Amino acid sequence: MVAAGLVGAPAISKAQTGAIKIGVPTILSGRVAILGQTSVGGLKVVFDKFNEAGGINGRKIEMVVRDSKGAPQEAAKVTRDLVNNDKCEIILDAEASSGAFAVQEVIREMGVLCIHSNSETSSLTADPKLHVPTAFRTARQGIHDAIGGGDYAAKIAKAKGLKKWATCSPDYAYGRSNTAEFMEYAKHFDGNIQVVEESWPKLFQPDYTEVVTKLLNAKADAMYSALWGGDLVAFIDQANLYGLFDKQASFMVNLGDYGVVDQVKQFPQGVYSGGRYNRTVPATKENEEWYQNYVKTQKHKPTNWSWENAVAAEFIVEALKKTNGDTNGKKMAEAIKGMTLKSQFGTKGTVTMRAEDNTLVDYIIGYGVSQSKEPYVSDFQASAWEPIFELEKQWKKKQGYIS
Amino acid sequence: MDLDALLRCVGTTSCVVTQLTSGMIIGMLLFLIASGVTLIFGVLNVINFAHGSLYMIGAYAAWTFYQLTGSYFVSALGAAVAVGVLGILFERVLMSKVYGSNVLMQLLVCYAVVLISDDLIKIIWGPVPLSMGMPPEFRLPPIRFMGGVIPPFYLFMILAAMAIGLLLWLVIVRTRFGSIVRAAAINGPMVSALGIRVNLYYAAVFGIGSALAGAAGALAAPVRSLTPGMGFSILIESFIVTVIGGMGSIVGAFVASIIIGLTRSFGSIGFPLFVDGVMFLIMALVLIFKPSGLFGRPHR
Repeated sequence: MVAAGLVGAPAISKAQTGAIKIGVPTILSGRVAILGQTSVGGLKVVFDKFNEAGGINGRKIEMVVRDSKGAPQEAAKVTRDLVNNDKCEIILDAEASSGAFAVQEVIREMGVLCIHSNSETSSLTADPKLHVPTAFRTARQGIHDAIGGGDYAAKIAKAKGLKKWATCSPDYAYGRSNTAEFMEYAKHFDGNIQVVEESWPKLFQPDYTEVVTKLLNAKADAMYSALWGGDLVAFIDQANLYGLFDKQASFMVNLGDYGVVDQVKQFPQGVYSGGRYNRTVPATKENEEWYQNYVKTQKHKPTNWSWENAVAAEFIVEALKKTNGDTNGKKMAEAIKGMTLKSQFGTKGTVTMRAEDNTLVDYIIGYGVSQSKEPYVSDFQASAWEPIFELEKQWKKKQGYIS
Repeated sequence: MDLDALLRCVGTTSCVVTQLTSGMIIGMLLFLIASGVTLIFGVLNVINFAHGSLYMIGAYAAWTFYQLTGSYFVSALGAAVAVGVLGILFERVLMSKVYGSNVLMQLLVCYAVVLISDDLIKIIWGPVPLSMGMPPEFRLPPIRFMGGVIPPFYLFMILAAMAIGLLLWLVIVRTRFGSIVRAAAINGPMVSALGIRVNLYYAAVFGIGSALAGAAGALAAPVRSLTPGMGFSILIESFIVTVIGGMGSIVGAFVASIIIGLTRSFGSIGFPLFVDGVMFLIMALVLIFKPSGLFGRPHR
């Protein structure tokens, strides 16, 4: 035992003196390659600044980015490799939910600090059975969007008499849970709402024709969709052919993101869009500066994933300052737990890593109406956090997550 | 399973019209790809596992030509021709070396081409999805027919695919070229012994099959996200079509494409979570009761 400890000591010492390696499993190929590209962009903006300032104790941050191709088993393998072979001391999991749950289990074994920066599936941090002490989330959480969005949708539904609803979301953890939660809270705020049709296209499905025609045949008053990225672009292109958006009110939580806005050639107008990242939300000098700097340094527009990853990177930097550069998973986790950061992405100018479930709160949530020109989403209405906290607590009790 | 919804749909003209055309759209695109696969297999006796990549290249080529010319029709034609030429090169440089080899060797060559082409697409066009958008000439309100909804572009797609299929059938059945190709498919050495350069015909067939994939990619480009690897999922479905229709039979590919298209279209209403399962079930039933496929001849 002693021998093993002595043999291991130089390696640890070496690891603590070189660059701080942060492993980033993400998706860099296929339909949602933009997720990986703009996630890395968000990280680079923060880490480059940290490195330019000299790092900490002479140590700079080096990102090791790996492509999981969106496959959960590959995400788990890549994460193991990043820790075991590439000697990464921290994992910044920029996977979608399909991969994040697999990464979470690897982190449980490895004990390194991990921040999930893109997975919005609520149970990842809300379910105590899945809890890993060194794992956190800076991605927005589905239940938060669902409560805020449900409230917003119910107000519109009451005003316009939208009673019959259809849904169209990707068939995996995020799509299923996000849609169930959104409709649950839309019904909570407006008891007249009923779901008459559900469509579950596969993740990365190339053709949505049968999905669109199914929605048309449902003759619903309104539709909710949690499709995202390239899938959403393809869906919109194909739905436009049938004039789907003219026939019903549409609520799309992921519509107003630049990654979608820039790709859709006939951007639908008048669709209710969730707030993702927009340079005018909040309409502050800090947000505009962050946008300009991002575009200048990364040569593309930021997305929802960009800000989520930028916040993750800022938590890591602040935690490193607190631990004086010690990357030990437990120490870093202690530093991050409950930490509040000054941030232009927060409703009150700050965001907080809530200690009770290691998830981000106080970030900007809301809905607006899509338009074809800048700023693409107008009449943005931010949701208040207090009702969200209250209903989230009830939701957790109902799920059996808390007593 | 929601058979009530399916019965309700079947009892409503508007739903039947919309789902029938939806099935035809899905089917005709599959037909173009599957007919290439089946043509190449029927004549050359090789399974082109890289056919999905040719479809992908067709879509990207159409996108590029569209950016350069602004004309969708020129782009579609250009993409089909470009992929056809690429197919000939592929056949001459690689596939012709593995004729007669075991399937594993052919699979290996094709898989290498799939990986290389995916990476080349990433290098040339980038990893981020591209969208061509609907050409202005098709930005029209959907056509209303018996209460159903038919987008003009999809009507064009169906007619274009059918016209290409008909032309292909005429070329194979009614021309001297087709006669030689059919003869070479049955006994290549014998055709060669008659002084006909069979290798040229093999290359031409491969080129035509590839051009069909390129045309399918071009037809899909305005309505689908263009991404590296986009050919993979459609390849699986086109193989299902090829197996159901019968390896080597263009008529079989046509009928099987419609079967699969309608299964997906009406299945999304009646059994949305088991559509893929039903497609494979149909294939399994065909393999059990008619292993050569609905229109196929027993394998040589």
